[in-house]
Amino acid sequence: MTPLTQRFDFSRYNYILVPLAAGGLALLVGGVIIWLLGANPFQAYIGMLQGAFGSPNALADSLVKAGPLLFVGVGICIAYRGGVINIGGEGQIVMGALATTMIVLTFSNLPGLLLIPLALIAGFIGGGFWGGIAGFLKARFNVNEVLSTVMLNAIAVQFMTFLLNGVWIDPTTLDNAIRIPQTQRFPLWADLPRLTPTRLHAGILLGIAVAVLAYILLWRTTIGYRIRAVGFNTVASKYAGIGVGRYQILAITLSGALAGLGGAVEVLAVNHRLFTDGSATGFTGSAGFNGIVVALFGGLHPLGVIPASFLFGALLTGANSLQRTVQVPGAFVTTLDGLVVIFVVASQIWARRRATRRALIEPAPKENVASADAV
Amino acid sequence: MIQTVELRNITKRFPGVLANDRVNLQVRAGEILALLGENGAGKSTLMKILYGMYHPTEGEILVNGQVVQFKSPADALAQGIGMIHQHFQLVPGFTVVENVALGLKSSRGPLTDLDAVSKRVRELGAQYGLHVDPNALVWQLAVGQQQRVEIIKALYRDASLLILDEPTAVLTPQEVQEFFGILRRLRDAGNALIFISHKLYEVISISDRVTALRDGRVVGEVETKATTQQELARMMVGRQVVTRWEKSDMPPSDAVLQIKQLAVSNDKGLGAVNHLSLDVRAGEILGIAGVSGNGQRELAEAIAGMRRVNAGTVQIAGKDVTNCSPEQVIAASVSFIPEERMVMGVVREFSVAENAILETHNRPPLSKRTFFDFKQIDAHVTKLVREYDVKTPSLETPVKSLSGGNIQKLILARELARDPRVLIAAQPTRGVDIGATEYIHKRLIDQRAAGTAILLISEDLEEVRALSDRIAVMYEGEIVGIVPPDTSVEELGLMMAGAQKNL
Ligand SMILES: Nc1ncnc2c1ncn2[C@@H]1O[C@H](COP(=O)(O)OP(=O)(O)O)[C@@H](O)[C@H]1O
Ligand SMILES: [Mg+2]
Repeated sequence: MTPLTQRFDFSRYNYILVPLAAGGLALLVGGVIIWLLGANPFQAYIGMLQGAFGSPNALADSLVKAGPLLFVGVGICIAYRGGVINIGGEGQIVMGALATTMIVLTFSNLPGLLLIPLALIAGFIGGGFWGGIAGFLKARFNVNEVLSTVMLNAIAVQFMTFLLNGVWIDPTTLDNAIRIPQTQRFPLWADLPRLTPTRLHAGILLGIAVAVLAYILLWRTTIGYRIRAVGFNTVASKYAGIGVGRYQILAITLSGALAGLGGAVEVLAVNHRLFTDGSATGFTGSAGFNGIVVALFGGLHPLGVIPASFLFGALLTGANSLQRTVQVPGAFVTTLDGLVVIFVVASQIWARRRATRRALIEPAPKENVASADAV
Repeated sequence: MIQTVELRNITKRFPGVLANDRVNLQVRAGEILALLGENGAGKSTLMKILYGMYHPTEGEILVNGQVVQFKSPADALAQGIGMIHQHFQLVPGFTVVENVALGLKSSRGPLTDLDAVSKRVRELGAQYGLHVDPNALVWQLAVGQQQRVEIIKALYRDASLLILDEPTAVLTPQEVQEFFGILRRLRDAGNALIFISHKLYEVISISDRVTALRDGRVVGEVETKATTQQELARMMVGRQVVTRWEKSDMPPSDAVLQIKQLAVSNDKGLGAVNHLSLDVRAGEILGIAGVSGNGQRELAEAIAGMRRVNAGTVQIAGKDVTNCSPEQVIAASVSFIPEERMVMGVVREFSVAENAILETHNRPPLSKRTFFDFKQIDAHVTKLVREYDVKTPSLETPVKSLSGGNIQKLILARELARDPRVLIAAQPTRGVDIGATEYIHKRLIDQRAAGTAILLISEDLEEVRALSDRIAVMYEGEIVGIVPPDTSVEELGLMMAGAQKNL
């Protein structure tokens, strides 16, 4: 074919190769740190691989860890395609979890077949509401969504702390005169079903389904088309009669809704209650931020996010067991996580710069590449 | 000093492309040679060879009769050959003087000697009319002034053959006139100039001789005095080109686009359109002539629903659309060819197919209940691309990799396929090559015959005169007169400068 298509394909590979190489570099630097800490890096990484993939249980744990990353990551893709940068995953997970908790605590005597869907929908709406606020502020008052979502994160966490220390606090802990900021355990019939004897749960399947649906939405429907048009070019979209603000709000609302759904799955399938340590990360495990990295890792494509979230989940699980195998300080897990984040994000910036520089020095495309009849 | 420069049998092959094919070309001191050709004809490549940026696959370069070989632009400069590129090569954060001195040896060894440079810059400025403040930062300068800095840079390095690659592409029509003055002075001082362009009237008005390239080959060499725009167009495109259109008589009909006492502000909040009234009838092309910045852009945006109307009304076929959303204006059967096609007209990253359905994607049969029917889209877009002769490798090709002319044809296809009652065409052929321009004109004429009311906004007076049934001249947000299309360019020019026409 023409050189044009070749170039296109090549950059397509880059989407996958660049973040993978960046992840590899991060592990290399991590290895040096392990060595400086006085441990054997090879032993450490073997421990990590075993911890992440070594047994059915390990594999299941990696998948379970991937869950919230998958939901948030797919959401980030939708927002990004709509030209909105959603840094509010943390707050949206929390708001989703809060809404789910409210439903479960209020309607705890409903049968599971009703209660679980209701609780999931509540999580979806809770997160969507929180994302929608940022979208509304952007569309209506031109408030930068990066700022507003970060602030909304803080508000959500405080709100959760307030509820868990007050009305929602587990009555049994009060009886024992210890105040732990968490709800009571949810009724057993509110648990999302497990798929195998491991901790793997149905929420992961839901996450994969959501990723596929997001792909269909973005590339097979007029709604997704409009989201993408607005994301690329607001002026041309406006000229074409597309309500730019409406689709920006929709993009970040959907993004928040998926994060909220991720929060709902976490409470229903993993924790079976809502708890906090006062910070956001206590409950979310930073999934709201890591989800962004996962989205980048997945080429900002919902289907790419599926393997990307699994890799990242494996990294998190593996790093924990690495730390136990070679006895490096617990903070190393966070360090390794941070290294991967920095390298992947930096590689994206690098790749984009290189692409623009290439575009600048490239010759103008030839006029008559092919005639229309070749179509 | 350069007396003659000759290119002999220059061939340049890129992988898969023969950019230059046995090209011969001469230029002498004291003349302006125009190198004419459509986009992709191989002009830039040929000049980059002469400037030592590319090595020819075959052929040789002679300076003053001696065969020379250039390994880099530095070698070319040493022989007195300088080039001003399509994209300027200046450091924005440096001053003019610093840019000129960049890369040169200082007379004071490791210390800079900017005062001496500054003095020489002023001298060159005075000598050739290249006025620019030596101490200004380059990013603060207008594009036209940056171009002067590039020329000064070359002259400072003692270039006596200047290659100018599409220098007028970035200039406004007024700046072009000024720029031509500079070129004439440079020529009269005994320099040789090669002026690259695909605009015929520029070539006719500035050059002494013309060499035309097509598909990498020389297809004509003429004295400018002995040729016409028609002949040059034929050389460049390889066939007869229509520039005068036969239009069927327009039967008197109703005004479809009615603008009454319209007032619109510009981005700074100042009045840009001042109580302007205008009627465009069905089957009529009304051309708006005017120097850019006199409210044409704001007028078009106000009609499109992209800009707030402060006072007055816009009606389409009797229906009031004042301050309606773009969606509602489109629904009232109005189509647009917007001024900046890459920003307003297409989504660069979208494919040809995606761009072709920008306004109609949510209508059956292209989509049903929000789901796309890709078979229907394919059929629809294939038809458009065929019918409007859009050259694209595939329907999936991102629009940003098409040429300007083909993008404009795609926009035209999209907008005319809706069979609009009103078409607003702003600068429909700006930056588009001759073949595509001719095609777009033909389509506009056809659409006129189909009964569409067309408002044509253009800075190209030739275009306005060739297509319009009536010409409205716009000055400072007002219509200063409506005149027939055969009004002379001089008279139009006077009116565009504010002289009132008494009807
Ligand atoms: N560096 C390059 N590599 C490959 N092809 C090129 C390169 N430069 C130009 N070309 C091709 O050579 C042809 C002539 O290009 P160019 O000289 O830029 O034309 P012009 O300046 O007349 O518009 C075009 O088909 C273009 O795509
Ligand atoms: Mg060129």
